[in-house]
Amino acid sequence: MEIIQIVSIGLIASILAVILKDERPEFSMIIGLLAGIIIFLLMISKIQAVLEVFQTLSSKMNIDILYLTTIFKIIGIAYLTEFGAQVCRDAGEGSIASKIEFGGKILIMILAIPILMALLDLIIKIIP
Amino acid sequence: MDVGMIFKIAGIGIVVAVLNQVLKKTEREEMATMVTLTGIVVVLMMVIEMIGRLFESVRTIFQLY
Repeated sequence: MEIIQIVSIGLIASILAVILKDERPEFSMIIGLLAGIIIFLLMISKIQAVLEVFQTLSSKMNIDILYLTTIFKIIGIAYLTEFGAQVCRDAGEGSIASKIEFGGKILIMILAIPILMALLDLIIKIIP
Repeated sequence: MDVGMIFKIAGIGIVVAVLNQVLKKTEREEMATMVTLTGIVVVLMMVIEMIGRLFESVRTIFQLY
């Protein structure tokens, strides 16, 4: 039962963070950051399995591998952006968090442009 | 093994907070600042390795290069 592990890590980390919040806010922020990293590293093998299932499905359905890797890349960028932005927001730096999110949005848009162009080409082909 | 890191950092934080208060009571403000700074640097060195691992694993899993 890994969910028990994850919940306990989260609870212990929050207790320690709350203890340190008054005296040393910087340490409490780092504890939150570390708890997030540890939970993600625990889940990484499961995510790998899910992604492999998606890859086999797409190869069975003859979907272009380019689209699937683009989606994976977008998910990865979105995860990292959200992670960094939440840590910044927890530390009380909402404006820096918004800038991180801005950067993530731009990078995702750049990754999505080839798919968008393919869609537009298809539409142009359909419309005579 | 990884969870020990959280306890380590919380322990360093508590020790730094106590030392800070003691040094402030004995009127050594500059030493208190130095202790705080050292604690932060030590903790950051520990955390930066974990952050690197996170980025590396996200990059390999989601094929971000």
